[in-house]
Amino acid sequence: MKKSKIGFLFILPWVFGLLIFTVFPILAALYIAMTDWSIIGQASFVGFQNFRAIFADPTFYKALQVTGRYALLAVPLTIITALLVALSVNNDYKGIGVFRTIFYMPSIVSGVAVAIVFKWILDPTYGVLNSFLRILGITGPDWLYDPAWVLPSYLILAVWGASGGLYVYLAALKDIPPELYEVATIDGANWVQKIRYITLPLLTPILFYNLVMGLISAFRKFTDAYILGGAGEEGVFYMVYLYQQAFSFYKMGYATALAWILFVIILSLTLVVNYTKKYWVYAERE
Amino acid sequence: MIGYEKKDEKKEYDVRKILLYLFYLVASVLMLLPFFWMISTAFKPESEIFTLPIRWLPSSFSVQNFKRAFQIIPIFNYMLNTVYIAVLKIGGEVFVSALVAYGFARFDFRGKNLCFLILLATMMLPYEVTMIPTFIMWTYLGFSDSYVPLILPAYFGAASFIFFLRMYFSTFPVEMEESMVMDGASYFQIFYKLILPLTKPALLTVGLWAFLGTWNDLLGQLIYINDPAKYTIQLGLASFSNMTGETLWGPLMAASFVALLPVIFLLLFAQKYFVEGIKMTGIKG
Repeated sequence: MKKSKIGFLFILPWVFGLLIFTVFPILAALYIAMTDWSIIGQASFVGFQNFRAIFADPTFYKALQVTGRYALLAVPLTIITALLVALSVNNDYKGIGVFRTIFYMPSIVSGVAVAIVFKWILDPTYGVLNSFLRILGITGPDWLYDPAWVLPSYLILAVWGASGGLYVYLAALKDIPPELYEVATIDGANWVQKIRYITLPLLTPILFYNLVMGLISAFRKFTDAYILGGAGEEGVFYMVYLYQQAFSFYKMGYATALAWILFVIILSLTLVVNYTKKYWVYAERE
Repeated sequence: MIGYEKKDEKKEYDVRKILLYLFYLVASVLMLLPFFWMISTAFKPESEIFTLPIRWLPSSFSVQNFKRAFQIIPIFNYMLNTVYIAVLKIGGEVFVSALVAYGFARFDFRGKNLCFLILLATMMLPYEVTMIPTFIMWTYLGFSDSYVPLILPAYFGAASFIFFLRMYFSTFPVEMEESMVMDGASYFQIFYKLILPLTKPALLTVGLWAFLGTWNDLLGQLIYINDPAKYTIQLGLASFSNMTGETLWGPLMAASFVALLPVIFLLLFAQKYFVEGIKMTGIKG
């Protein structure tokens, strides 16, 4: 057998998977979004009725607002936090491994249990956060039970989890040639200047990557929102809304239309961020 | 010998070091506080959970909350269900991903670059779109309320693992493979006898990622599993409050603690493998 044919055989399982679990569902989704399917019974074709209904639904705009606002604040906050933590542990001080492990923890230890623990921490009366604020003489807000404080509650969780991305930044920091810093030191640059003119520009590719992935995962946020909820529908993130429509109300057509809208949003954001790339992302000369 | 300026520099360095350690300590306390609070609550008698001012530590360690938690949901059964899914899934997922990655890394065929581009695209995009049609497909095939939809797709490889392993294979020198070809070995034999054993650390990394993905997944399990006897640990925890009506924080913290123990062990003993993976690709699983 020719070598090229054998190569194709090696990737064949993936090709089948792609056809069964990606291509076919995408094609089916195009059709389902145009039906009033409720999984039991027949689907009838309704054209763009689902999309018209979505754009007339205030809950849709609410979910979009909740998710969009979260993404706008959480993504930069988590990127800056992770970057600062990475810069702070980018040395070989004694015991640094222990601190790195502690900061890296959220990327391994996550899921429902952590969300539940945060719900308890944010408890207005018996939670540890408000108790701590009380020591400082501050009356803490009702967090998840006050619509105005639901978003900050989610941001606290996001910032706590941010340092889980630590090693991605550390790997990038290790790739910066030390000679650059040596030359800068000879030229009399202080550490602020070194970070501003060497570290940050060379990190822009990884910042770009994290910006794109952060936006995508913010718009797909589900687990925390499903567990934490929040007063006044402030905790109904887009994927929670989509999940409810599909699996609580069995409105498969409507939910699939919602999924397409989310897809278009995520794709557009990715393309927009990608367009800005040439203005701020450092491109290595080949 | 040490000049005036040198001394000054050393002082500045020491101050910076002290400030950094201070930062590490404060940040570590903030990072660990949720776990401290969880464990402290889990071991408190109920009267001490709901008191003001709050008690940071229980007056005496009580296992009452753990007993209650195990009465409310069968935590160990749920953990075993998750492990069952993970075990059936991971072997296939890792093996097939390695197979496909080897195809991408070592062979040239028409459309390969296009295929690889599609692979990258599937890592980022259409999950939310395919979710509902895939669910309907499994329902029509008679696999509702079953682990099959959570397991079987893994046997077609996972895009992010393929991407990672391809990068890993690309770093191997080709000479050994070439000499095996000379000796008349088939490419599958080369893959099985030479490449897989050489790849063990990377396969372990991928396997750990796969385990973690299964352990922490909620949405997929929520969609496909309805029968409480088949619940995974994530579903069990998520349904905990529904089982009791009001939120019983003591037992809930005890249950969360037990559910987190396996991943805390992973963090302590397998962190190296997770980190190696990130170092290789510069991205995380």
